[in-house]
Amino acid sequence: MTHVLAAGTNTDVIARETLFWILAVASVGSALAMILVRRAVHCAMMLAVVMLSLATMYAMLGAPFLAFVQIIVYTGAVLMLFLFVIMLIGISSADSIVETIKGQRLAAGFAAIGLLVLLILGIGHAAIGPAAPSTAANGANNLSGIAALIFTTYVFPFEVTGALLITAALGAMVLAHRERTAPKPTQRDLAARRLASGQLAPEPSPGVYALHDAADRPALLPDGTPSERSVSPVLAPREVIEAPPAVRPKEGTPAITAESSEREPDPLTPSGQAASGQIGRADS
Amino acid sequence: MSPVHYVALSVILFVIGGVGVLVRRNAIVIFMCIELMLNACNLAFVAFASMHGNLDGQVIAFFVMVVAAAEVVVGLAILMAIYRARRSASVDDANLLKY
Repeated sequence: MTHVLAAGTNTDVIARETLFWILAVASVGSALAMILVRRAVHCAMMLAVVMLSLATMYAMLGAPFLAFVQIIVYTGAVLMLFLFVIMLIGISSADSIVETIKGQRLAAGFAAIGLLVLLILGIGHAAIGPAAPSTAANGANNLSGIAALIFTTYVFPFEVTGALLITAALGAMVLAHRERTAPKPTQRDLAARRLASGQLAPEPSPGVYALHDAADRPALLPDGTPSERSVSPVLAPREVIEAPPAVRPKEGTPAITAESSEREPDPLTPSGQAASGQIGRADS
Repeated sequence: MSPVHYVALSVILFVIGGVGVLVRRNAIVIFMCIELMLNACNLAFVAFASMHGNLDGQVIAFFVMVVAAAEVVVGLAILMAIYRARRSASVDDANLLKY
């Protein structure tokens, strides 16, 4: 692709300009969407679009090595790390809209406009010439040229970077490690804790009906009311839980309404205590 | 395309990332905005390397990528430690050192 893009014919120039404007609009739009959407996962997807656009631009600018490093390291590794941490800690929590500091967004907007004007004035005053012909780059091609620079001129920063990477890996291990302060609970301890909790049976499984088999359908209690304990607590704030199907009572039997069974104890809990706060407590 | 277009685009992306750091309060999103700013700097480096016709800017951009990867690893580990202690990823909740 870079050989085609580096050629100097007229159609190639037009193609490069078209590609640049498409990528510029896509990256700026994705970056704006990244700071506007509320969910962290959507932010990560928008960031992936920006990074892939920039990788294509690196290829257009005669840096194929950096383009592939951008895709492999950034879009592959770093973004995957972000998604992994989102999966671990933040999947159910959207960012709140409320301003905690009064006028923070207004001040941020003014600061952004000031920074933009400053930087645009800076590059307006700077003498940015046209692109040099790509044959001026030293080395036979891009890859061997970068290798020659890294292992001669920049060999000391390169080794310092290696030390930095080792330090970062050790730091991440130290920070993510958790020292066990209490002895590990044995099977006997877990059994005693489960007995003391008052709930012997596991939580009811989510809805398996004649027509549906899905994790977002709450199970029905014997009186026909849905049991919120049967679905994952992560699903409740996302508002994806389906309403259970209507239960038709048999003819001749008195209809059991939700109002009449509201105050009855939960039949799945032996002691009848409020068990909605106990989800996942039995084995933690 | 002239390198000035690429530099202008990198300026715009850098400012958008800065606004994200100032406005958002989810720490993961703040990290992503910092990554966006680093990417914008990389684009400027590569554009200037293309303008000068040598490879020094590309080597610097490569180093920036490596340092950014290390920063993300340590930052996300800190984030996980904070989340373990406070059960929240919001930067408003990590306020023990606040006066």
